[in-house]
Amino acid sequence: MVRVHDPYNSSSLIRVRGLDKKYQRGGEEIHVLQGLNLDVDKGEFVAFMGPSGSGKTTLLNLLGGLDVPSAGSIGVAGDEISHMSRRKLTEWRARHVGFVFQMYNLIPVLTAFQNVELPLLLTQLSKLERRSHVEAAMTMVGLDDRMSHYPRQLSGGQEQRVTIARAIVSDPTFLLCDEPTGDLDRKRAEEIIDLVQQLVKEHGKTVLMVTHDPVVARRADVTLHLEKGSLVEAGLAAEVTGGGSV
Amino acid sequence: MKFGGLIFANLFRKKIRLMLTIGSFAVALFLFGVLAAVYEVFDVGPDLAVSDRLIVINRASIIQTLPVSFKERIEHLPGVKQVTFHRWFAGIYQDEKNFFPQYAIEVENRRQVFPEFVVPDGQWQVFAKDRQGAIVGAATAKRFGWKLGDRIPIRGTIFPGSWEFNLDGIYHGRHTEDDQSEFWFQWDYLNERLALQQRGQVDGIDLRIENRDDSVRIGKLIDAEFANSLAQTRTYTDKAIGASFVKQMGNVELLILSIGGVVFFTLLLVTGNTMAFAVRERTSEIAVLKAVGYSELFVLLLVLAESLVLAVVGGGLGLALAKLFTLRGDPTGGILPFFHLSPKAIFTGLAVALVVGAASGLLPAIFAMRLRVVDALRRV
Repeated sequence: MVRVHDPYNSSSLIRVRGLDKKYQRGGEEIHVLQGLNLDVDKGEFVAFMGPSGSGKTTLLNLLGGLDVPSAGSIGVAGDEISHMSRRKLTEWRARHVGFVFQMYNLIPVLTAFQNVELPLLLTQLSKLERRSHVEAAMTMVGLDDRMSHYPRQLSGGQEQRVTIARAIVSDPTFLLCDEPTGDLDRKRAEEIIDLVQQLVKEHGKTVLMVTHDPVVARRADVTLHLEKGSLVEAGLAAEVTGGGSV
Repeated sequence: MKFGGLIFANLFRKKIRLMLTIGSFAVALFLFGVLAAVYEVFDVGPDLAVSDRLIVINRASIIQTLPVSFKERIEHLPGVKQVTFHRWFAGIYQDEKNFFPQYAIEVENRRQVFPEFVVPDGQWQVFAKDRQGAIVGAATAKRFGWKLGDRIPIRGTIFPGSWEFNLDGIYHGRHTEDDQSEFWFQWDYLNERLALQQRGQVDGIDLRIENRDDSVRIGKLIDAEFANSLAQTRTYTDKAIGASFVKQMGNVELLILSIGGVVFFTLLLVTGNTMAFAVRERTSEIAVLKAVGYSELFVLLLVLAESLVLAVVGGGLGLALAKLFTLRGDPTGGILPFFHLSPKAIFTGLAVALVVGAASGLLPAIFAMRLRVVDALRRV
């Protein structure tokens, strides 16, 4: 269940309370997120929509431990991350978060296999175990026959699949997808969302996705709208719960 | 080495840039190697000489002579073991460019005073009995293709006329650094052909002493012995005379250090700029590495490792080329007799290359380390 107003749920996988994020630009203070609450359960697929500058990516960065909030708390699977040091956050990201970016951000001088293997190099897994994990992830995204290809030898859709494989290879607690279809045509975008949905439904992954595309957002279980730093509107995509829930 | 693939993949990202950067290191370290070899000609030679050896020259100048009779007086001083002498000849073999050092030497004690130059006993015996005999270093013999028994004509400059010698022996140095370019012939042969007023003179008297700790005392004793003579003396250790010789040629050390300093500073700027570009062009990749869990320290070390690999490969290549170059021998035809790149100089060169590599990679590495993931991804 996804809730944006109920402050009493304590069993959620992701639990955000009173989240504030402010930036200083020149002498001006910009309030990007204001008093935001959010609960996301394990296995949910949540889409965030909203106009440019509404704070979608900022929210994703905060949830992924790439940025720290000005106020409020973020709890993920029992870890309170809002006050972690940068070093701790880095270690936490390695264990809990899989990132999928709009521009894929693969390392061009590494093969698809090596790109997917990157998060595993930080673990104690043996070379054989790493290979097995990478092959499983590449099979899951349907690219087990493209492992030795370099990013330049892949189509945009294939590159994004490799990015997804890299995100899931270490079996993180949840995936954060920032405009994962933003650089793809409709057909490729559908394929990527099919894949994300498959990860949620068949493998129980939790996915939080930012998108501008309403067609893509409709494929999520829940779509939340961000406007002027607040979750002001909740579009019902799947289950609706009471008490201000979506 | 599970991260080795990442380091090498990054290095091979731009092959031309990689080759140019390695080339910059190679050229700089080649130059360093050659300069070090030149420097060692002036510095290492005296170091290698036995420290219980002194040389006595005219107090007025190294080009003023001493009476040969001083040899006998020095031999009688307490603490003196063996004494020999030499005279600089400066002749021309066929052409002026065929320079090699030539000395008229005293035969009896020469080998005892200069034990680092090895002449087979049989050859030395022949030389000692042959008034026109000559011994030559292996390098010079090889240079001119001389063999034992060859007749060698030399045109005198300080001592005009045509001089002919029989090649009776070839000496080798005990160490690779020993000068193997010298040409020795009997002082008696020179002396008997000079005009009467020129006879009985030497340029330097070389001696070994019983105890090396006595060198200062014996030096003063010798100089005091001739304090009131027509030719006052100054006694040096081998090392001191070497340094004095270098000073006459100018401050070689400063010159070499200056050239080396400029080269390495330029290299630092070039490689620093290259590394800065290399890091900036993959800002988003560094951000991704950090996003997936690579620490700031890891990113710092990754960039530094790339820089150090460039330094080691390029520096190693340059030093290897310099070593090959010095193995071909003196490139000047005699001015740099023991032209040699020592292991010490090679290690120093590698150390300097590593320092330059680390310094040039440091700022870009710190930039990469401090890069905020959020900012970097926003730039893409």
